[in-house]
Amino acid sequence: MSGGPGLESLVDHTISVITNDGRNIVGILKGFDQATNIILDESHERVFSTKEGVQQLVLGLYIIRGDNISIVGELDEDLDSSLDWSKMRAHPLKPVIH
Amino acid sequence: MEKTQAKPDSAAGNVDYKVTPSKEPLLPHLRLPAPTSATITHINWSSSLFFSYFKELVGREVTVELKNDLAIRGTLHSVDQYLNIKLENTRVVDQDKYPHMLSVRNCFIRGSVVRYVQLPPEGVDVELLHDATRREARGG
Repeated sequence: MSGGPGLESLVDHTISVITNDGRNIVGILKGFDQATNIILDESHERVFSTKEGVQQLVLGLYIIRGDNISIVGELDEDLDSSLDWSKMRAHPLKPVIH
Repeated sequence: MEKTQAKPDSAAGNVDYKVTPSKEPLLPHLRLPAPTSATITHINWSSSLFFSYFKELVGREVTVELKNDLAIRGTLHSVDQYLNIKLENTRVVDQDKYPHMLSVRNCFIRGSVVRYVQLPPEGVDVELLHDATRREARGG
């Protein structure tokens, strides 16, 4: 990840966004601005639960308001495809409490 | 700061006098060995104290605890005016409990969700921060 603290280096890369309400949305970063508002293409949500493996919900093109974003992670696609998410069980992430 | 004014020493012909750097460090007792970039001797505290302080820590291993209780450890890559933080080679501290970011190696953390940043002990100069925060409180 090169460049400054912005998200330039992640444009057109697959990213994993964790929102303030604890959701995890994976998609291709198409744009962003100063306030960390982001545009995600071909996005889907990964729903974690302890009862069953990770469920994927197709969302499509999304704009997420910066206020609601906690983390933007660069997804290592090789690593990601090597993991069997359908067997992963975990509590959903807690929401951010300011 | 050491007195660097060269006194003529007739006895020693080849005295190696220290040369004063043109830009004196504002806080000369700051001694941070910079692991990746050249050591910065001058900090522009006037812009933003903690922004400047975090910039000094780039390249070091830190743990960022978020307001959703997630703790992420990684190498500090960069920080900006909002104290957004970019980490490299990240791992979540309790990976069994939080497998959500297993395939994430580099991440951007929004400054607004950071609760704590745990710094390497050798990266903290308490005296320096005391002085700087007092100066800031006095209004420069």
